[in-house]
Amino acid sequence: MATHANAAVHEAPRGFIRKYIFSRDHKVIGIQYYLLALVAVFVGMFLSLLMRLHLVWPNLELPFFGVMTPEQYLALMTMHGTIMVFFVLTTAPQSGFGNYFLPIQIGAPDMAFPTLNMLSFWFTFVSFLVLLAAFFITGGAPISGWTAYVPLSALGEIAGPGLGWGQSLWIISIAIFAGASLMGALNFITTTLDLRTKGMSLGRLPLTVWAWFITAILALLGFAVLLAAGILLLLDRHAGTSFFVPGGLIVSDKLIPHRGGSPLLWQHLFWFFGHPEVYIAILPGMGIVSHVLSTFSRKPIFGYRAMVLAMSAIAFLGLMVWGHHMFMSGMSPYSAFAFSLLTMSIGVPSAIKTFNWLGTLWGGQIRFTTAMLFAVGFVSLFVSGGLSGIFLAQPAVDIPLHDTYFVVAHFHIIMGVAAIFGIFAATYYWFPKITGRHMSKPLGKLHFWLTFVGVYAIFMPMHFLGLAGHPRRYADTTAVTFLEPLNPVHFFMTIAAFITIAVQLVFVLNLVWSLWKGKKAAINPWEATTLEWTVSSPPPHDNFGGHYPRIYRGPYEYSVPGADKDYIPQHLPEAVPAAGTGD
Amino acid sequence: MTTKIATEELELLELEYGHRGPGEGGLVPGGDDGEPNAPAVPQHTYLTGIVLALAAILMFFLALTSSFIVRKGLSTDWVPFRMPPILWLNTGLLLLSSFTLEWARRALERESLSGFRRWWGLTTGLGVAFLVGQILAWQQLAAAGVFLASNPSNSFFYLLTGLHGLHLLGGIIALLHVGFGSQSGGRLQRPTAVNVAGIYWHFMGVLWVYLFLLLLLGQ
Repeated sequence: MATHANAAVHEAPRGFIRKYIFSRDHKVIGIQYYLLALVAVFVGMFLSLLMRLHLVWPNLELPFFGVMTPEQYLALMTMHGTIMVFFVLTTAPQSGFGNYFLPIQIGAPDMAFPTLNMLSFWFTFVSFLVLLAAFFITGGAPISGWTAYVPLSALGEIAGPGLGWGQSLWIISIAIFAGASLMGALNFITTTLDLRTKGMSLGRLPLTVWAWFITAILALLGFAVLLAAGILLLLDRHAGTSFFVPGGLIVSDKLIPHRGGSPLLWQHLFWFFGHPEVYIAILPGMGIVSHVLSTFSRKPIFGYRAMVLAMSAIAFLGLMVWGHHMFMSGMSPYSAFAFSLLTMSIGVPSAIKTFNWLGTLWGGQIRFTTAMLFAVGFVSLFVSGGLSGIFLAQPAVDIPLHDTYFVVAHFHIIMGVAAIFGIFAATYYWFPKITGRHMSKPLGKLHFWLTFVGVYAIFMPMHFLGLAGHPRRYADTTAVTFLEPLNPVHFFMTIAAFITIAVQLVFVLNLVWSLWKGKKAAINPWEATTLEWTVSSPPPHDNFGGHYPRIYRGPYEYSVPGADKDYIPQHLPEAVPAAGTGD
Repeated sequence: MTTKIATEELELLELEYGHRGPGEGGLVPGGDDGEPNAPAVPQHTYLTGIVLALAAILMFFLALTSSFIVRKGLSTDWVPFRMPPILWLNTGLLLLSSFTLEWARRALERESLSGFRRWWGLTTGLGVAFLVGQILAWQQLAAAGVFLASNPSNSFFYLLTGLHGLHLLGGIIALLHVGFGSQSGGRLQRPTAVNVAGIYWHFMGVLWVYLFLLLLLGQ
């Protein structure tokens, strides 16, 4: 069978370019995605640092900018949001770790369509370059926010700097990204459906796989709509159509020649993608956290089936609540009520997940590894950020809080930082498998505690700014009298941001140092049960060396009464606990 | 096993071989016990892939449909226009191509490669004729002074026909590749490739009928 035509596909390629650059190996592609996200997150953090400096010292000369203009501030904000949402939160947890571990955890040699997989990474890469190019052209980066609301984003240069080719590059970048995400999602879903090894029924999938699978479905549905919206916006900008641009607009004393378009149509299309996007960012984190909590509590995950159903319910409801971003748009109170009710109902599956995580921890023999700390941190952030979501889900509360720092606090904690904690948990958990070495535990703990305290120090005070009526997107508050007493809060948050970002260098140091000097890792250092811990570290090119395991049990069999050890790997047959990786 | 099985028959066998029940896992069992399994992707994986691709394409066109409905419903500047009659002919050609595609598949089932190529080629030709017809329709409209930005009704006409045409062009390339491209070395077996291209092609036909009705009745 070794000469079977199909087997040739999975021979390891030789040569640097085929092996590491244009690789079709899901593991290399996963690492490529991760590194892309790592570069992107530092670009994004740098931009946020410049913004925070400007907020506290508006007359400070900054690198690359000099004294920042309000438009430059908005450009930084737009690029910060776009880079973080697309190239960090969508890229690392789903495309990065999902690519690396989904095939291994289901016992497959690779993704279903390896070439498509390679293409989706390189599309993402090109998309990132196109986005960054907006910084370097005349007019600079767009100023319309990551949501690119029309008409600002549709009018061109006349509406402000960066709205000429900067905005066009932004749309093209996002369209390419949408294409890449569609290819990736198709691959994830097909692989999960069709390439599971013998015995790996849906009820035995690790929760990570469930999370990646459900996220891929959301991505498949959401990014198709974003792509359509992007095409309409490009046509409005460059072909003179009026899908979004209304008539009678006068900008810079000039009548805009469009007529009859609906700016709200853009908001509907954008948020039909944009809200599921929030779950695209957070669901993989939920999967990883469930996995890590169960492993290091030495207990089965509490309510496996409920966890799967809750994730499905969150995804399903998440497709129907985009209107809660538009309570201010003048929508009918009846529609607002429906969107509000649906939004708050997401609290039910979210609470189920939270209580199940607590139930998993309860009475467990907890091992406080760095991954475990970040997983517990995720639960904390998920609750903090989720509760403010209940506030904002109600139109009567949202209307005064809309466009204030309260919203900024909410989405940074739940979507930004919680998802990042998921990425950190995954990094510390799987680093030994990917590299064969452990990350430093003392550095990891230092990283966790300073980051955990740091992110709360940055984002908790923002709630109070918002409640005090501090509008978001203001580049400078010096002339706004009622905001003056809040300046010390800004100062505090800027210092906290500085320290927290500096601490991330500890993480990078740990990452690089451990790559060469880290303690050598055994095949299964965490004494975990899923398939990736049955193969060498790093796993061979086709994952299982041609010997595909048969699966006999669920993914979280920890502390099973009567068993020899406190964990039973998925591939061990019932009642015959024996060593070995294949059947 | 017999040694003189026609290549096509082998390919058909491969198609059957690839099928398996749910939860059994997708890896094709490789020979005797103890032998390493051949890490092949079962052929029906490609069918799963195309169905998912069509789901994304459907969402894409549904987003455009809802834009059409919203844009028309909210505006006071919508001016209906007369569709070029050639669109009816184009629609007929595309529907006919779905039938010729099925005949090509039947020929393949009868193991007649030449019959398959004849009908498959005709299908491709009809697809090209449809695209040419669509371009003629655009030219007729342009000659009558109806352009992309003239009116939202025109914008949607050019947009939907154009995007459908691009998807159909992809289909034509797939038909050419499956029917006449080289078959050696790939993981995708011809019967599966024929099925995948066929599903895509039928979908493009149905999608066109839907878009045509939307444009006609939505005026």
